Amino acid sequence: MSEKVLMRGTQVIGEAAIRAGCRFYAGYPITPQNELTECMARSMDATPGGTFVQAESEIAAINMVIGAAMAGARAMTSSSSPGISLKQEGISFLAAQELPAVIVNTMRGGPGLGNIAPSQGDYFQATRGGGHGDYRTIVIAPNSGQEIADMTRTAFEYADKYRNPVLILADGMMGQMMEPVIFPEPIDISSLPPKTWSLRGAAGRPSKVILSLLLNPAKQEELNWKLDRKYKIIAREIPKAEKYMTDDAHLAVIAYGTAARIAKGAVRRVREMGLKVGLFRPITLWPYPSRELHELSRHMRNFLVFEMNMGQMVEDVKLSLEGRSDVHFYGRPGGTISTPDEIAKIINTLYHRQNLEKDS
Amino acid sequence: MQKVFQRPKYLKQAVFHYCPGCGHSIIHRLIAEVIEELGIGEKTIGVPPAGCAVLAYDYIDVDMGEAPHGRGAAVATGLKRVLPDHIVFSYQGDGDIAAIGTAETIHAANRGESISVFFINNACYGMTGGQMAPTTLLGQESTTTPGGRNEKRDAAPLDLSEILAIARGSVYIERTAVNSPRNIRKTKRAITKSFKTQMAGLGFSLVEILSPCPVNWKMTPVEATKWIDDTMVKTYPLKVIKDTVGKIDG
Amino acid sequence: MAGKKGTIIIDRELCKGCYLCIEACPNSLIGIFDELNQLGYYPAYYREENNKDRECTGCATCALVCPDVAIEVYRE
Ligand SMILES: Cc1ncc(C[n+]2csc(CCOP(=O)(O)OP(=O)(O)O)c2C)c(N)n1
Ligand code: SF4
Ligand code: SF4
Ligand code: SF4
Ligand SMILES: [Mg+2]
Repeated sequence: MSEKVLMRGTQVIGEAAIRAGCRFYAGYPITPQNELTECMARSMDATPGGTFVQAESEIAAINMVIGAAMAGARAMTSSSSPGISLKQEGISFLAAQELPAVIVNTMRGGPGLGNIAPSQGDYFQATRGGGHGDYRTIVIAPNSGQEIADMTRTAFEYADKYRNPVLILADGMMGQMMEPVIFPEPIDISSLPPKTWSLRGAAGRPSKVILSLLLNPAKQEELNWKLDRKYKIIAREIPKAEKYMTDDAHLAVIAYGTAARIAKGAVRRVREMGLKVGLFRPITLWPYPSRELHELSRHMRNFLVFEMNMGQMVEDVKLSLEGRSDVHFYGRPGGTISTPDEIAKIINTLYHRQNLEKDS
Repeated sequence: MQKVFQRPKYLKQAVFHYCPGCGHSIIHRLIAEVIEELGIGEKTIGVPPAGCAVLAYDYIDVDMGEAPHGRGAAVATGLKRVLPDHIVFSYQGDGDIAAIGTAETIHAANRGESISVFFINNACYGMTGGQMAPTTLLGQESTTTPGGRNEKRDAAPLDLSEILAIARGSVYIERTAVNSPRNIRKTKRAITKSFKTQMAGLGFSLVEILSPCPVNWKMTPVEATKWIDDTMVKTYPLKVIKDTVGKIDG
Repeated sequence: MAGKKGTIIIDRELCKGCYLCIEACPNSLIGIFDELNQLGYYPAYYREENNKDRECTGCATCALVCPDVAIEVYRE
């Protein structure tokens, strides 16, 4: 089964989800991610024990996922920016009730209805919690077909392991892109560890509840401490980033997802011109790979953050570097896509403005 | 002498937090009694609401999973689809089900989800302090309808059960009350029928239960039970609203 | 008076003094106690001193309407 297949990003997520044991999907149509919903409809039909529901709204979809997760299923929903806004209350509940679930956001331009072009405008929403309350969502930002296949599997594993919602952050470009992919082998769901906390009826044991209402302030505090301990463990265990040609670089571009693909093209171009420039690509956006970035700043003082928004991740970069380096920013808001040449020009100008050629 | 009435098995030994004369606790007890009588306590999963009954899991002794305000039918859908052989019910107030959760409820009914929905109509938002609910009667005082609910200003009451009866997937919808011995017995029969409908896999069923909220109605518990008979049933007549199930055994 | 005979036990600490059982008992066998319980209500009590034409039949109507499951009913 492990042969190379050519597939669109959205379908890769669907296929990888089924192979990861996802047996419940609920979604509501929104461009540019409809292929994923459609793919799940077909796949769940063809998968014994699989359920697909076209929900009446994104709110209904995330709440169905809550129910399915309570029952112990690996469950997923997907949407694009405005729909993800509607899911936020549910995501907050998933976090508070410590339920595993995977949510895919194929970001589009915004705010408001925006447009369907690729964008990274939802970084704050994704990494800051998005919904109400003191919680965290694990955020994964793959940038190739293969990585989508692998990280979708990882998303379900993290969700179960940490009993926490996991968000896969993509955009229309990721979704439409056709690339050769080798899928991991399907898992055998019966081999997964039993979810002893799930609701399966109180047979041979006392009844139990899954809740998030904690009227007693001490209990609320206890939950928040407990979640915080878990988030600290996650922050230690899973940050992930790719470093590309950073070893001898005087400047690194920092970008994720689609922006990182554009940036990589730009880095290649400026390397041809003899500029010592690399790329730092966060793969987990929460937890942010701060330590890895901090390491880089030992031999590098200049960073250029490139985002398809007006500056969101740049805040995490600054927090990670704690003022030790010069952080520059270049962004184009959703709706337009920068080219590698455009970014190469920006890098070139910055490189010379900072006199980096003198450093070598 | 024999004990002929006692706390049912699936009702925990706990003092209800409800106000004196509140209908919620009667309905909790009836649900617990029916679960015991049908022998489904080990495979029933309940979905409590945001509302006065948010703590229903402190009382009803089966597995329970809390839903966000209004989303009971969607959460129940997820549970039931993953556990089709289990019995899943949602318990929802009138604000929960007929305002914020209208869409989820109508669509669960239309899909014919095999779940039981208990809709507690107390003509107000109890938990948040007695504001107007979609079910508040015309002329009824609430904290947000000074001078009484006025059709021009506040709209007329919403007959959610009648709306749900139009949905193709709903098979059994009845409106009852818990304000008198006779009505309480009828409510128990309706709850039983709803669970049996689900056990037979026939589709979506719902029992709307008129339930006293003496505190927000500014009445004594006894006055509140009378008000249901004298006034509330004029807007919400007690009746079987839809029944394509007929007699059901098992 | 022959026929069924019954009795009830009211758990004073569960009772919220709502009067619904008092209203429901066809034989007026329930009254309100004049001391507060721990919940802060004047609880209902079963009038043991019932006379011949006012006997508990064990019909359980009081328990049926009690919102707080404070009443247990026994019947012969
Ligand atoms: C999203 C959201 N909005 C508002 C609330 C506040 N809230 C809690 S319960 C409730 C209404 C309760 O009324 P009802 O559903 O009729 O239940 P009752 O208390 O009357 O039994 C509201 C508005 C909430 N919990 N969540
Ligand atoms: S406010 Fe009304 S519905 Fe809520 S507990 Fe009190 S009586 Fe019951
Ligand atoms: S069982 Fe019947 S007769 Fe006896 S106290 Fe209760 S209501 Fe009255
Ligand atoms: S009905 Fe129950 S709570 Fe109310 S007064 Fe009687 S015993 Fe007490
Ligand atoms: Mg209400």
